[in-house]
Amino acid sequence: MNDLIWIPLLPLLGTLVPLFASRFSRSACAFLTAGFPALALVLVLQLAPQVFDGETVRQSFGWIPQLGLELAFRLDGLALLFTLLILGIGLLVVLYARYYLSENDSMGKFYAYLILFMFAMLGVVMSDNLIQLWMFWELTSISSFLLISFWGHKTEARKGARIALTITGAGGLALLAGVLLIGNVVGSYSLHDVLASGDLIREHTVYPVILILVLLGAFTKSAQFPFHFWPPHAMAAPTPVSAYLHSATMVKAGIFLMARMYPVLSGTELWFLIVSMTGLATLLLGAYVALFKHDLKGLLAYSTVSHLGLITLLLGMGTDMAAVAALFHIINHATFKASLFMAAGIIDHESGSRDMRQLNGLWKYMPYTATLAMVAAAAMAGVPLLNGFLSKEMFFAETLHQDSLGSLSWMVPVFATLGTVFSVAYSLRFIHDVFFNGEPVNLPKTPHEPPRYMRVPVEILVALCLLVGIMPTYMIGDLLYAASAATLQGQVPEYSLSIWHGFNFPLLMSVVALAGGAVVYINRKELFQFQAQFPENDPKLVFEAVIQLIHRQISRVMELAENGSLQRYSYMMLSLAMVMMAEPLLDLNATAGHRPQIPVDAISITGAVLLAIGALATVIWNRQRMVALVALSVVGLIVSLMFAKFSAPDLALTQLAVEVVTVILLMLALFFLPQTTPKESSPKRVARDLGIAAIIGGVIGTISYALMTRPLDSISTFFLENSKTGGGGTNVVNVILVDFRGFDTLGEITVLGIAALGIFKLIARMRLYMPASDGDGRPWSQDSHPLMLSVVSQSLLPLALLVSAYIFLRGHNMPGGGFIAGLITSVAIIQQYIAHGVDWIKARMKLDYQLMIGSGITIAALTGLGSWAFGRPFLTSWFDHFHLPLVGEFELASAMLFDLGVFLTVVGATMLILANLGKLTTSERPVLKEHD
Amino acid sequence: MEGLYAFCVGLLTACGIFLALRGRTFPVVVGLTLLSYGVNLFLFASGRLKLNSAAVLGQSAQHSDPLPQALVLTAIVIGFAMTAFVVILAMRARADLGNDHVDGRLPEAPKPRLARRSGGQ
Repeated sequence: MNDLIWIPLLPLLGTLVPLFASRFSRSACAFLTAGFPALALVLVLQLAPQVFDGETVRQSFGWIPQLGLELAFRLDGLALLFTLLILGIGLLVVLYARYYLSENDSMGKFYAYLILFMFAMLGVVMSDNLIQLWMFWELTSISSFLLISFWGHKTEARKGARIALTITGAGGLALLAGVLLIGNVVGSYSLHDVLASGDLIREHTVYPVILILVLLGAFTKSAQFPFHFWPPHAMAAPTPVSAYLHSATMVKAGIFLMARMYPVLSGTELWFLIVSMTGLATLLLGAYVALFKHDLKGLLAYSTVSHLGLITLLLGMGTDMAAVAALFHIINHATFKASLFMAAGIIDHESGSRDMRQLNGLWKYMPYTATLAMVAAAAMAGVPLLNGFLSKEMFFAETLHQDSLGSLSWMVPVFATLGTVFSVAYSLRFIHDVFFNGEPVNLPKTPHEPPRYMRVPVEILVALCLLVGIMPTYMIGDLLYAASAATLQGQVPEYSLSIWHGFNFPLLMSVVALAGGAVVYINRKELFQFQAQFPENDPKLVFEAVIQLIHRQISRVMELAENGSLQRYSYMMLSLAMVMMAEPLLDLNATAGHRPQIPVDAISITGAVLLAIGALATVIWNRQRMVALVALSVVGLIVSLMFAKFSAPDLALTQLAVEVVTVILLMLALFFLPQTTPKESSPKRVARDLGIAAIIGGVIGTISYALMTRPLDSISTFFLENSKTGGGGTNVVNVILVDFRGFDTLGEITVLGIAALGIFKLIARMRLYMPASDGDGRPWSQDSHPLMLSVVSQSLLPLALLVSAYIFLRGHNMPGGGFIAGLITSVAIIQQYIAHGVDWIKARMKLDYQLMIGSGITIAALTGLGSWAFGRPFLTSWFDHFHLPLVGEFELASAMLFDLGVFLTVVGATMLILANLGKLTTSERPVLKEHD
Repeated sequence: MEGLYAFCVGLLTACGIFLALRGRTFPVVVGLTLLSYGVNLFLFASGRLKLNSAAVLGQSAQHSDPLPQALVLTAIVIGFAMTAFVVILAMRARADLGNDHVDGRLPEAPKPRLARRSGGQ
């Protein structure tokens, strides 16, 4: 076991530090923030010797192995190279930002985002699992969004951040698709397995799809043509962010991905064509555009794009040496570009401008910074004795060696030289325009040297440029070798890192580039005039226009599908249901099965006719609501009779009781709702609805018929056999409810309780207009509580309660039980409400229905829990028979207690609904206090 | 008998669906009630129809299937709770929105296809 996981984990913990530390002084905050990443860097350095020995340090924690999900980290040469860049440059940026940020900026927030981003980048480069890599990949997009939009009060920052997030986020989705395909082909997401399956993937038919998806991810992140426009807009970020994101991290993530997947995806014609041609285009475009940018950071941004194109071109060539050169240039670009961004930030900070038309002759004001910037810019141009020269020489040598374009292969070195010519030209412009070339023009501040420690990060980076440039082998030989070995996953070619290779072609190309660059720069006026003829099109506006267009189109589609009409949604849902139900029926040859059918008798026909009349009357007179309600109750009655006829007494009783309650409920509701429905459906709509209703009805009827006429193989035999012996009751339905499937019932009464409480909440504060007359304008009767009704119902109450108790007690063995008893009790109480009015009841019956629901569910649950006390599973029931004098033998069962819970919940819920609704008609309207 | 029963189930379903597709809350509630009758009968019939048998042991040699009965019993009660909830929701909607249309707003008079301006905020 090793401490690999701590390398990303420490920065993750470190994200919290600045949030707490921001209350201290600025220096203390920066110092504390640097703590965790510094510790992580120490861990990396401790592991470095192992990696240099060719070992791959790995650590993983299983999560869902079936899905190939794990938390897995690896540290090989490639990951080591990147972790060093991320942590090293990250720490320098932390120091730099302490001086860069003004008093108005929230330092804690900035550092927290920065370290979060650092964590995400470490996760990307250290992941040993592709899914995990992708997750960190998206996290870099999100955290970079936060960083770029740090100055959210600026429109540019918001827009720039949005563009960056959209482009890189969309690329991330493509990458996810690619990763899933790779996982599908290889059968594992582990990088270890994937890296070993290069041939398998390359020979697979989906290889082109995988390649394009993964490259989409890499190209968007690394700003390759045609996605090259996002880094320049991300320049609205604070300069420390640019120095970090556009040198060593964010944009390098795409390069990293290509290097990581190099052994798996490279080596094919397709790879060469896509990657190298994209790289070449980006190299040329970036270098050319950079020359014309007046904004210091804009120049650097396009220069970054161009250098990324160079690295991509190298990776695309597919030779081992080219890959080595690419890795070398990754290091070199990170060091000189980070220092250049920091220098640009210093100039901006101390002079108040980044416009090269204003910034001139700064040499006089800040000679020290100018020297540093000039060395870094020279490294960017590829001047000998600096690191940029070395990797550029290797690059030239490789462009000469490749021959994949056949007889057109000579074009690659020519274009490469051309790109470098522009690279030299914009480097010259950076040096000459800013530090010489006359006097400053209208600068907001008089420029001066920055604080001592703001320069330190630049000094360190520039020193590295020099040291690597002069003593390459000594400085980074081991690192480069290890990284190359990890990237190639095999033999590293022989290469020499010396600064002098004799007079050869690459050297000639370098000389041509330097001289050409000088010529281009000297003649820049003509070039600028030529360029000015082209219309300037702002990618930001184009991007916004595209987004708007997509938004409009999507809205149009959405309006078709989702126009806010419930009727349309129901119609669509039912149509879909109809198709899905009817489709399997087409395969059913005979509608009727072989099961013997029951002959039809006169009573059944009468019932069916009544039911049909009731149902049709409900539909036909549906706009006269009272009539429809009466017709509906006829249907309900017939349904309960049907249950009785077909040997389901429990259901008949339940249906009857519920029918009464439902009709009372709907009548109460009708009191507050309009008495009639306006005629508003068009004939077309009615015909359409009739059609779909008829078809679904027909389908359901057919299914029902087909079902009933086929023999049944039911699991009910088990319930019938075990009901008496296991559950202690002969009413199997009740035993199923309270015993076999008691857990279901517990869930159901809970739903009942929740529904009732929800209704209670809805009723509270309901402000409804109370009509003074019925729909036809007749006033309500003065005598709302007729004497006869009061007297009869009052005397009926004890009788009803007695029946209820009887039904409840016998429920276990005879039709009845908690549900039915509860409903009967409710009906009896409601009758009192109807007969006497809410006020009269309130004075006499103090029942807290909410408490009743609560205690009902609690009793049922506790009964279930009680069986735990005896070491049995939840809701195991117990019963025994006792003998008492006079009463005779009787049975006690724990299920009865459960049934009591059901009873209480049903009564509580029903009464809570109806009594509260009824109260609305009286002065007893429930009023919810403000705090409820 | 099975055919008659199936006819009743189909009729209830059809009537329920037609009413559930109406535009005002009360017919929709009535429609849902009819539909739930149909569904309950349908589920009940999945235990097959039996005359003169009992789900109580010891009363008859022939037993009806107790399982669909138990399921339908709770379905009836829950169905009531849901009907109640929808009804009260409809009332509340009328109280707060001033109409009893299922969309919470009265349908506009049909207009020539109007393109709603959307996009950029």
